Amino acid sequence: MKTCLVVDDSRVIRKVARRILENLSFEVTEANDGLEALKACKDKMPSAVLLDWNMPVMDGISFLRQLRKEEGGKAPVVIFCTTENDLAHITEALTEGASEYIMKPFDGEILEAKFSEVGLL
Amino acid sequence: MTPEDIEHLAATLKTRSGLILGSDKTYLIESRLAPVARREGFANVAALLTALRTKRDEKLMVAVTDAMTTNETFFFRDKVPFDQFKSDILPALAKTRISGDIKVWCAACSTGQEPYSLVMLMDEMQMLFPRIKLDILATDISDRCLEKAQAGLYTQFEVQRGLPITMMVKHFEKVDEMWRISPKIRSSVRYKKMNLLDDLRMVGKQDVIYCRNVLIYFDLETKKRVLEQMANLLADDGCLFLGAAETVLGITDVFKPMPGMRGLYIKNAASAQAPIRKTA
Repeated sequence: MKTCLVVDDSRVIRKVARRILENLSFEVTEANDGLEALKACKDKMPSAVLLDWNMPVMDGISFLRQLRKEEGGKAPVVIFCTTENDLAHITEALTEGASEYIMKPFDGEILEAKFSEVGLL
Repeated sequence: MTPEDIEHLAATLKTRSGLILGSDKTYLIESRLAPVARREGFANVAALLTALRTKRDEKLMVAVTDAMTTNETFFFRDKVPFDQFKSDILPALAKTRISGDIKVWCAACSTGQEPYSLVMLMDEMQMLFPRIKLDILATDISDRCLEKAQAGLYTQFEVQRGLPITMMVKHFEKVDEMWRISPKIRSSVRYKKMNLLDDLRMVGKQDVIYCRNVLIYFDLETKKRVLEQMANLLADDGCLFLGAAETVLGITDVFKPMPGMRGLYIKNAASAQAPIRKTA
């Protein structure tokens, strides 16, 4: 079963994303910030990470840079999901190794389209 | 709304756009026409329909037809018709089109996502086919849609439906809360207002026709007439894309389905020689 780690400091967003992803047959785990997410990844690398940008403790882009240095950390497909919606942020995310980018607000249709775009569906 | 008003609306729509307003679709009247009624200063949709029936106001009829037609679309919609273009049709036509020009007609292009998807796809493929140029004609019956298509300005929601992020970064710029497609992509599409019920000969010869999710709104006779006109315009080795849920079977025999390629049709004429073959 494909696994997706949802990283967002909003419990509501995590819940919405979880429901959509579970309907797409993903096994979902959650993290509240980048550091928590990094611990979860060291424990077990997920197939995908749905990643917020602005979070306390460790933000999304710092998490992504760290993740890619970890053993096996190149494997997860990372999809940003954030309110940051300017080209500078998007380009930075892609440069650091994100595969797709979702601009909030999002819905099930967008999430499904993006996961399908990166070949996870 | 009186039955007479609804009947008159249905008749108007059929003559003007071919759209069949079935009794199962009357629920659309209120939702689609309420904004028009408001804009044109009517108390409600019923008043608008009565005016439509009693006064022959051309501007009003255009606005109503426009609002009642479905303009649902998104970038790379259904994906398959674009993958097929990339993997089979483009390579096949590139071999036989000495001039390098491939003529594509997007019939009922709505707000432009279909033709722009093709231009962006060609941009990706240009390295492999340096000689090839897509000559894209995009037509629609709706002024509102054509205006939007030509402006090339899309909402954040629209650019996230079907458009890979790398293509968005490459071809769009952010303008306030909207996203605008680059002048280079925009200028690669010729837009023209056209009603598919009219004489289509002015469209000229085409190599590929995209006519997806349009014919479903027409009655059998109209479907047949449109398809037969399209067959006349299409090069013998060209092809036609219909929507995933559409078919020519039982309507006309001028086209036949391309085996193994859903939604793709080629001419049935004895002279038609399709170089396009399923590759794998």
